[in-house]
Amino acid sequence: MGAINYTGKVLKNLFSKPSTKRYPEEPIKFTDRTRGHIENDMDKCVLCGVCQMRCPTGAIKVSKSEGTWAISPFSCIQCSACVDGCPKKCLSMEHEYQEPGNEKITKVFDLTEAQKERLAEQARIAAEKAAAAKAALAAKKAAEENGQNT
Amino acid sequence: MEVKEVTLDSLLSEVQGLKAEEYRLIQICATKVNEDEYEILYTFGDRYDEVNLRFSVDGKTPIKSISHLYWAAFLYENEIHDLYGIEVENMVMDYRGGLYRTAEKAPFK
Amino acid sequence: MATRSVVPFGPQHPVLPEPIHLDLVLEDEKVVEAIPSIGFIHRGLEKLVEKKDFNEMVYVAERTCGICSFGHGYGYVDAVEHIMNIEVPERAQYLRTILFEMSRLHSHLLWLGLLADAFGFESLFMDTWRIREQILNMFEEATGGRVIFSINKIGGLRKDIPNEMLLSFVDRLDGIEKETRVAAKSFLEDSAVKSRLCGVGILTAKEAEELGCCGPMLRASGIRRDTRELGYGAYDDLDLHITTSNKGDSYARTEVRLGEIFQSIDLIKQAVKKIPDGPFDTPVKGFPNGEYMSRIEQPRGEACYYVKANGTKFVTRMRIRTPTFANIPALTKILQGCDMADVPIMIVTIDPCISCTER
Repeated sequence: MGAINYTGKVLKNLFSKPSTKRYPEEPIKFTDRTRGHIENDMDKCVLCGVCQMRCPTGAIKVSKSEGTWAISPFSCIQCSACVDGCPKKCLSMEHEYQEPGNEKITKVFDLTEAQKERLAEQARIAAEKAAAAKAALAAKKAAEENGQNT
Repeated sequence: MEVKEVTLDSLLSEVQGLKAEEYRLIQICATKVNEDEYEILYTFGDRYDEVNLRFSVDGKTPIKSISHLYWAAFLYENEIHDLYGIEVENMVMDYRGGLYRTAEKAPFK
Repeated sequence: MATRSVVPFGPQHPVLPEPIHLDLVLEDEKVVEAIPSIGFIHRGLEKLVEKKDFNEMVYVAERTCGICSFGHGYGYVDAVEHIMNIEVPERAQYLRTILFEMSRLHSHLLWLGLLADAFGFESLFMDTWRIREQILNMFEEATGGRVIFSINKIGGLRKDIPNEMLLSFVDRLDGIEKETRVAAKSFLEDSAVKSRLCGVGILTAKEAEELGCCGPMLRASGIRRDTRELGYGAYDDLDLHITTSNKGDSYARTEVRLGEIFQSIDLIKQAVKKIPDGPFDTPVKGFPNGEYMSRIEQPRGEACYYVKANGTKFVTRMRIRTPTFANIPALTKILQGCDMADVPIMIVTIDPCISCTER
């Protein structure tokens, strides 16, 4: 008797479409939250290094001197801790999965020229400010000393 | 978390008492405190209540097995032996360090 | 007198998704004794507490096993939250409960597929896994991952799941329930299936209690114990009916797990109805100091998470006692006196998860 239970299901399966996707022809649909791989918008990145500190596996390396941001995608566990921590919101979690490969590669992102100039400009302003503050402090000190002398 | 401190010698009589009251064994685990101090924690349960027994050893003195009282304890005791290198006496099933196939002997020591 | 021989079973065997080795002492076709041996995939995750701080350990705990990943993360955060006296917002508790019940659903559906595969009912195996796929899709929609969710954090959740999404899940769960009822009929009423399951691997209530069994294994032997009754998360507010069976055989274990599938669907529906609005996480300050043992009901049974911390960034000890670890002694017990041909079925019915067991 029991064997008849499943017959309906089998007949239905025989005449219906397969429930699997014909993958390469039919592309995968990703959801809005799918965690695939990390991308960095180097036009906004300031190389602050927060992502490097947040990464639990140490997949991210930030080099301020060379102006690069590097990630080893095979160490990345797609936890999106770096994306949550990014102060400039330049990191993003893309939906497409990380491509497979034969070697454990490192993806290096260089700062864009525009961003390099902006950062240099910011650094220059900061340096000027610091220099001005230093000069003001020195002048103040000198004035105090003068006041004491007289 | 309430823990009753026992000693290496009083453990067996305590466990016997719990066995008589039909407690079940939940788990046994070891914790490394420092180089020559390890804590062994035994957890027993009766329905949803739990009773914890704990004592400290120096890692070189063998501890006594409770597997003749609770047969299922042999797995936990072998685990402690394999990971922490603490000898356990009179286990009902002794794997002699073969429960975990680790590259390094007693990796948690 | 019958001749005795020793037959090695595993670590590689068609019925085993993960490596466990058993030395079966046979007397003709009957198993006299079974000696289990594990340790092929010991990864030493507990040792990682020395290198990863207490926040990063959530990711490590989750990766203990692919099927119970949500539960492992939950158990660990629950223990740390108790140590740090953090009050988790109610919405987070409800969301965790919903996700946890969904992982129970997909774990049990996976197990049903493995069981069907073990007794050679290929299309039923495919059918249950097809049903399970829909749950994985829901997980991807809610958390972004199909297996590893990375949604738990100490103090709550990292992402909110909007109410509309939860309601759409409930709609889809109705479809899943309908499809599972059809499959359940084949598991419980098919004569060929029954002949493979009924009376195979009987574990009495007394033995189950003595050997420290947990989960569906225990409940199939007639003992009504479920750690969810402790009332962690949102289980306190939900109406929980525990499925038990008195037979203690493989059929009873199938029955209990099928019952739990429908129970989980019901719990999710209740939780979605009652879920409050509000924040889904709380800020965490400072480092944990103290110890706690958290016990939760994983799909496979009661799991214990012992965390000991000393007030620094790194916890001193994280110990996971997984349900399979507690069920292996019972496996060796039920194997005694069974037929060689029934061994695969019995190993499957304890729902072994060796990755969890060895960590």
